[in-house]
Amino acid sequence: MNPATLSITGLRAAYATGDLTPAEVLTSLAAEIDSRDPAIGGYLSHDLALALADAKSVDLSKPLGGVPIAIKDLINVKGHPCSCASKILHGKYTSPYDATVIRKLREAGAIPFGRTNMDEFAMGSSNENSGIQPCRNPHDPERIPGGSSGGSAAVVAAHTAIAALGTDTGGSIRQPASHCGIVGLKPTYGRVSRYGLVAFASSLDQCGPMTKTVADAAAMLEAMSGVCDRDSTCLDAPVPRYTEEIGKEIKGLRIGLPAEYFATGLDPAMRERVETAVKTLESLGAEIVPVSLPNTAHAVATYYIIATAEASSNLARFDGVRYGHRAQADDLIGMYGKTRDEGFGEEVKRRIILGTYVLSSGYYDAYYLRAQKVRTLIRRDFEQAFEQVDLIASPVSPVPPFKLGEKHSDPLAMYLADIYTISANLAGICGISVPCGTVTVEGKELPVGLQLLGKPFGEAELIRAAHAYEVSRG
Amino acid sequence: MNIRQVAALARLELTDEEAGRYEEQVGQILHYVEQLNAIDVTGIEPTAHAGALFDVVREDVATGGGLTREEALSNAPMVAQDQFRLPKVVE
Repeated sequence: MNPATLSITGLRAAYATGDLTPAEVLTSLAAEIDSRDPAIGGYLSHDLALALADAKSVDLSKPLGGVPIAIKDLINVKGHPCSCASKILHGKYTSPYDATVIRKLREAGAIPFGRTNMDEFAMGSSNENSGIQPCRNPHDPERIPGGSSGGSAAVVAAHTAIAALGTDTGGSIRQPASHCGIVGLKPTYGRVSRYGLVAFASSLDQCGPMTKTVADAAAMLEAMSGVCDRDSTCLDAPVPRYTEEIGKEIKGLRIGLPAEYFATGLDPAMRERVETAVKTLESLGAEIVPVSLPNTAHAVATYYIIATAEASSNLARFDGVRYGHRAQADDLIGMYGKTRDEGFGEEVKRRIILGTYVLSSGYYDAYYLRAQKVRTLIRRDFEQAFEQVDLIASPVSPVPPFKLGEKHSDPLAMYLADIYTISANLAGICGISVPCGTVTVEGKELPVGLQLLGKPFGEAELIRAAHAYEVSRG
Repeated sequence: MNIRQVAALARLELTDEEAGRYEEQVGQILHYVEQLNAIDVTGIEPTAHAGALFDVVREDVATGGGLTREEALSNAPMVAQDQFRLPKVVE
């Protein structure tokens, strides 16, 4: 048996029967990574010795006992590098502490293993903005894996990982999960602690599981969730037993179909796959209800003001003083400017400039304040829709994964492809991408994801419906 | 947009080529986001973040921050006398 192909559930079963040990699994994963990852580029680094040391004290009776989890390279794990796929940190930063989500996963028995590739500072939807190396889609290496958690999606899909952690600011878990044919869950804002995640846009960021099955996502979310005294936005809401949702019926569940998410611009073949998936949910007893999210058309504009504004502030910390790259210069201001110009990549600089501009004196009201007000309207759309339905179903991405380099020269075109995912972050609700088939493009079968969106703290319904669909899909 | 002024605010020292390119690209993005001007937001409260708004308080005692001085300095590009060392600020 090649342990790398196992799900969390499968691996736990193999531990229970004594067929495998964590050390064997880690060693075999490392061999898989060494032989197969260079063609994909999903990992930026991995340290077998550190993981084997962790494995020695691991408790196999815990819910995630002995499960290796690949970590997006912006989440701090003590003693591991954390580069955010940026030259400003690459080779120059070793985390001195564990993020809360890592502490919680460790408490559940998991072993962090491997640092996954990403768009630099999570800014991008294709992983082409990695400052270190390109990442490729395992289903067609000429194509992008999606982003920004492209590496996490690619390594799970390529079976060079059992499961992975990603982060989602505007779709960065769900969209690469859709493009790579895996499960990706973005929790409700405030469900999972952000302490120890390198911040991109603090009012939008959430960390979530990227897995081979819905049951695996439920197991990880159950371990990751809960209050944190180092993140005041992480809510003290009870953590339900998400794993108990697995296998429950969805009869009577009301699922909304937003007309605005099936409009012009959606690839016809992808639309057909998503509509077939909705029919499957209906055949399982769900009631399909048309809903409207009228402010959808404004979501991309709203997002790229708010996210870049927050990013320009968050990235001010990379100044060459406390960590990372420092350029040589005679004076302090010159050192800041040169360090940041040398260290940041193109997309990051573009977003810092945009974010700085929309926050600058004289423009704040016109751009940032107005975007925050439109954000309220987008939130209300969802509040009103969720008065009628329990979940909302839609595509994740309007188009299949494109070829590396195909859209790179047009940042705005790239932003517009985030249309179906970013509203969930603006509204703070939860969402999941579940594989719902493939489309054939130039002779290659490319995965398509079904997106389900849930009410704030409605992850239980999300998992129940996603699992029911996954089983019925076959 | 005065690209040089914005870049200075952001502490980004751009080359001329970068400044020209970003000015054009950011201009296009700003043109796109101007669609928000057509929306009536009269009387609408801004959303700063989507979670419930509440205060988080704790006992007023030092928790140590979790890092030792050595750990806090461990990634610094330059350290002197147990402190972050910087280029000269005062002439």
